[in-house]
Amino acid sequence: MSEWWTYRLEDFLLFSPRVYWRMFELHNAAFWPLQLLTLAAGLAMMLLVARRPRDHGLWIALVLAALFAFVGWSFLWNRYAAINWAIAYVAPAFGLQALLLAIGGAAHGRLTFDRRDMAGRLGLLIMAVGLVVYPLVPPLFARPWASAEVFGIAPDPTAIAALGVLLTASGGLIPLLFPIPLLWLLLSGLTLHTMGDPQAWLPLLAAGTTIAALALRRIAR
Amino acid sequence: MIITRRTFVKAAAGSAAALVLPETAPGAPPAPLMRAVPSSGEMLPAVGLGTWITFNVGDDPVLRDECADVIAAFFEAGGRMIDSSPMYGSSQSVIGYGLEKLGRPEALFSAEKVWTSAADGPAEIEQSRRFWGVPRFDLVQVHNLVGWETHLETLFAMKADGRIRYVGITTSEGRRHDLFEQIMRAHPLDFVQLTYNVVDREAEERLLPLAAERGMAVIVNRPFRQGALTQQLEGETLPDWAAEIGAGSWAQFILKFILSQPSVTVAIPATTRVDHVRENVTAATGPLPDAAMRDRMAAYVRDL
Repeated sequence: MSEWWTYRLEDFLLFSPRVYWRMFELHNAAFWPLQLLTLAAGLAMMLLVARRPRDHGLWIALVLAALFAFVGWSFLWNRYAAINWAIAYVAPAFGLQALLLAIGGAAHGRLTFDRRDMAGRLGLLIMAVGLVVYPLVPPLFARPWASAEVFGIAPDPTAIAALGVLLTASGGLIPLLFPIPLLWLLLSGLTLHTMGDPQAWLPLLAAGTTIAALALRRIAR
Repeated sequence: MIITRRTFVKAAAGSAAALVLPETAPGAPPAPLMRAVPSSGEMLPAVGLGTWITFNVGDDPVLRDECADVIAAFFEAGGRMIDSSPMYGSSQSVIGYGLEKLGRPEALFSAEKVWTSAADGPAEIEQSRRFWGVPRFDLVQVHNLVGWETHLETLFAMKADGRIRYVGITTSEGRRHDLFEQIMRAHPLDFVQLTYNVVDREAEERLLPLAAERGMAVIVNRPFRQGALTQQLEGETLPDWAAEIGAGSWAQFILKFILSQPSVTVAIPATTRVDHVRENVTAATGPLPDAAMRDRMAAYVRDL
């Protein structure tokens, strides 16, 4: 792109806020009541992290892998890409994340969710934000409940809850599982910021807290 | 009847006026201002319809119908040119939906763009044509000069074959004006598209005079700075003297400023609202500012 310095973030925004939020309303309506199932899967994931039964790592990784694949296909590829052609290049990254999670979880003993240091505890908080807080925010921003972003259905809460749960994990593939959700939240936060939406700080804060937690852990070593 | 020099000149002037300002039935809304495409003489209403952002509504059935209503109101008001690009997300298919719903209005003047790597140009234009559901495009422009050398070759060949009627290039927000000017000087373009409004006036220096000199039609994009200009002016009072040029809103004030440039052929504001599309087309009726009034308008907005 020539004269790239003359472009602003606004120049890359292809749609209006109204179209963006109605997209979630339509998506929720199309998949209702699947939201109940994905939320239940998220809460079950929290329970598995808390209780750590045998093979919990496998089940958590497989649930997250299935939901990343589903969100990437149903929301990013089939819906969001219709109004933002750049998302067609992003959706496969969610597929890659699903693959990495499945490989990490299926390889016996590779993923265990047993860390309870400061970063791990921050992770539990971030996971709760993705699962519980995110669907409750629409009235705070004067939006209808129908536009709620739900874990396992919408990308932001899925990425946030995933980062939270990954902060409690240990295993060989862990460093590879952070970049895609983090980059997604950065992209989503910048998109919302460009739209002038005050909710922009939520994905950015979640990503920032995750990075801070990882840094804390590194310093503590 | 003896035709004197004076009566001939009067009759000729009357004929010319009839071309520019079509007759309207008593009581009917005034017909929009018409401007000629210099390369063909074809007359076009001076306000078109842009689709950047506003028509990118994806598969949302409610919003697709709203866009179809905007297109319907645009044609009812006498508009013709709709402009889009493959870069505008789902806008092309939304236009196609609206045109289909309206029974393919004959008045349509379809203005598209090619915006891809040079080798994929023909395939992209064909894909765009299918989205619109038109037999051919009236105008295809090279979007922001991307791959312009190869694309222009393709477009001139398509024009020679009758697969499109006009060829053009576009830029926006004052980018690459030097290259734009070079291409205007070197190629027999029918249309150029650029940003021009009461605050973005760089085009007045070289590009608008050059378009007039080279006989190229000018499409003005981002007349309202993508809505930012009208939003900025929203809280300000429209000056009383705006009534002298028939401007009843800031949108009309800005459009009349743009259209008073004789070298401007069509301005293409984008909107999601039926009342706004009517208001925009109405801006191309009634008096336009003269040079003194233009200076007054620009100074007024600058000083706000």
